[in-house]
Amino acid sequence: MKQEFNITVFSENHIGLLARITIVFTRRKINIESLTVSESAISGVYKFTIVIKTTEDQVKKVVSQIEKIVDVLKAFYHTNQELIYQEIALYKVPTDALYDSDQIENIVRNSGARILEITREFTVIEKTGHKEETQALFEQLNQFKVMQFIRSGRVALTRDPIERLSEFLKERDAFLNSMD
Amino acid sequence: MNKEPMKVTGSEAVILSLLEEGVEIIFGYPGGAIMPIYDALYDYDKKITHILTRHEQGAAHAAEGYAKITGKAGVCFATSGPGATNLITGIADAMIDSIPMVCITGQVASPLLGTDAFQESDVLGISMPVTKWNYQITTPEEIPDAIAQAFFIAQSGRPGPVLLDITKDAQFGELEFSYKKCKKIRSYVPETPVDPFKVKAAAELIDNAKKPMLLFGQGVIISKAEEELKAFIEKTGIPAAWTLLGLSALPTEHPLNVGMLGMHGNYGPNVKTNEADLIIAVGMRFDDRVTGKVSAYARDAKIVHLDIDHAEINKIIKADVAVLGDAKKSLKMLTDNCKKNEHKKWLSEFNKAYDTEFEKVIDKDLHPTKEGLTMGEVISKVSEATNHEAILVTDVGQHQMVAARYFKFKHSRSLVTSGGLGTMGYGLPASMGAQLAAPDRTVVAVIGDGGFQMTIQELGTIAQNKLPVKIVLLNNNFLGMVRQWQQLFFEKRYSFTELINPDFLMITKGFGINGQKVTSRENLDAAVKEMMDHDGPYLLEVVVEKEDNVFPMVPSGASVSHILLEP
Ligand SMILES: Cc1ncc(C[n+]2csc(CCOP(=O)(O)OP(=O)(O)O)c2C)c(N)n1
Repeated sequence: MKQEFNITVFSENHIGLLARITIVFTRRKINIESLTVSESAISGVYKFTIVIKTTEDQVKKVVSQIEKIVDVLKAFYHTNQELIYQEIALYKVPTDALYDSDQIENIVRNSGARILEITREFTVIEKTGHKEETQALFEQLNQFKVMQFIRSGRVALTRDPIERLSEFLKERDAFLNSMD
Repeated sequence: MNKEPMKVTGSEAVILSLLEEGVEIIFGYPGGAIMPIYDALYDYDKKITHILTRHEQGAAHAAEGYAKITGKAGVCFATSGPGATNLITGIADAMIDSIPMVCITGQVASPLLGTDAFQESDVLGISMPVTKWNYQITTPEEIPDAIAQAFFIAQSGRPGPVLLDITKDAQFGELEFSYKKCKKIRSYVPETPVDPFKVKAAAELIDNAKKPMLLFGQGVIISKAEEELKAFIEKTGIPAAWTLLGLSALPTEHPLNVGMLGMHGNYGPNVKTNEADLIIAVGMRFDDRVTGKVSAYARDAKIVHLDIDHAEINKIIKADVAVLGDAKKSLKMLTDNCKKNEHKKWLSEFNKAYDTEFEKVIDKDLHPTKEGLTMGEVISKVSEATNHEAILVTDVGQHQMVAARYFKFKHSRSLVTSGGLGTMGYGLPASMGAQLAAPDRTVVAVIGDGGFQMTIQELGTIAQNKLPVKIVLLNNNFLGMVRQWQQLFFEKRYSFTELINPDFLMITKGFGINGQKVTSRENLDAAVKEMMDHDGPYLLEVVVEKEDNVFPMVPSGASVSHILLEP
């Protein structure tokens, strides 16, 4: 059965690595639903969060193939339930609509969103949440004609108390030294 | 070598680095973007041999042939753009067959990257899916470390091809050269230590199995585990069958060698796969040409899988026990943990299956009563003439399967063939690399008339370098393997598979290579002898039956149980 999986990849910072990782998906005709990349808590180590819809059997194989890439330190996969995750969405609405009634203000307040910036022409609203939530807000705001809308890829944390990466790196170094 | 830093150009640093890695031979082809490196090479012609092939694809396959025989990385040079793209087929072949290879391509100067400069192509991007690792060097200082990493990655763990793309300005620039071999990379664990608990679990399954079967692949050869394999099967009495790339790891005449797996493999090992209660797979990856229909494969068997590559575990066939690590170590531990055993009755079933196959297929192939020559009788004669001690190189097609079935081996590392990619045109150039890797051994290249014409220009390289390759051209005037499928599965609709061939003898003569053409059985022995006695390269063209088929055959998509012995 297909479901959403979150693949987390820790890697060295090398040019071309993103392409190498995405090749693993394209080759198997797996669509990437969302992707974020940024430096992790450890300087020089990059963290990719990739969301795909597939079967557990397939995601295991994909993670194995990713981990095989020379510049990849470690790759994991998690179901949504195993993670705390968020996406951020920005909405641009005409400022006029804000003045015409207090409806927008109410929507913003009730949905836990916030107003980032107001100019004469437009107002930018920000909301973080799961896709269903940011999408629901879009539907609500769109009665006032959303001028622009953008949603980010996912950022996710495991429910572990700490990130295991630094321990992992220590173990890896010890292991490599033991091979000498 | 001098460990004190010295000032050299990037180009010279490339050559010095290769020397530090013990490189003796480079296969390559020059062009604008790699000219500085070729210029640096000019001063080192006493220390390093360069073989100028006639096409970059030839250079790549030659490097593969060299790597297969030596176990060391084959090295190729090519220029940017078309030079680099011509390497790609060979790189893809090396990737799927786990062949260590270091390719160095010239690239336009770094300020021109991305400008569609003359002969610029995105070699990094193009080669990414078919390399184990690749890297673009844009400054001279990066050269020694990048080359050190390239060799480490290509040759360690599950080997594979790597590519370094070096911009022209990095070749011209200067650096303080000093070299340090790469021994580890933080993000890369080539091999994990064998887990003794997994070995124990595997040993328990092995000790309790009634009908165990061992399947070995190229992993045994790569990890130099031939003796460990032999010790394991001899202690446990387990029949062993091989994949195409595992061929030669175990001598043909070993009593526990029960033959080839897969589509055109032997009858016994295929049908017995579905009767076995335990499969021990060593350094093989359950390729679809081996498994046939996966859902009907090894149905009654537990699976023990030994491999160095974690991504191969459970990729196709789920393992009951997976032993990760180097086969040389894991096989040794497994042997120590298993009880001495025998499986005489089970082994005799393989022998019975062989008798069936002999009667229906082998006898007809090797001792034909019809007029036309068979590929099998030619291969068998040639193998005998070399006392079964030659290196066999093949191209791709019917002759490849027949050669794998009937050529005999006494020594490991004696087969060079394109397995996973099935690359026609591989044979002739790969034979050059094999011959250069083993100048004292006889190298026989068995090639079809189709594949021969894909890289026939390499006859020039063979002639120029006086490589005494014995070329056995099995001419059926067809793209035989495709024709066989057309006959069996496309109602004999021979769509574009017939070849009107040139006079091959005249062509080889034109290259200065001797040869002869055999069209009837009575001339075969003498011709084979003449080829073997000839000092230098030789073409033996044998006109074989036009419409012969390779059997047995597991039709594509069928279960290995449904292997056919005749149409
Ligand atoms: C580069 C390439 N193109 C096409 C094929 C498909 N193919 C596989 S076997 C074969 C026929 C080979 O004919 P030939 O070289 O005459 O050898 P034979 O099968 O007759 O022994 C073809 C076309 C291939 N394997 N490689």
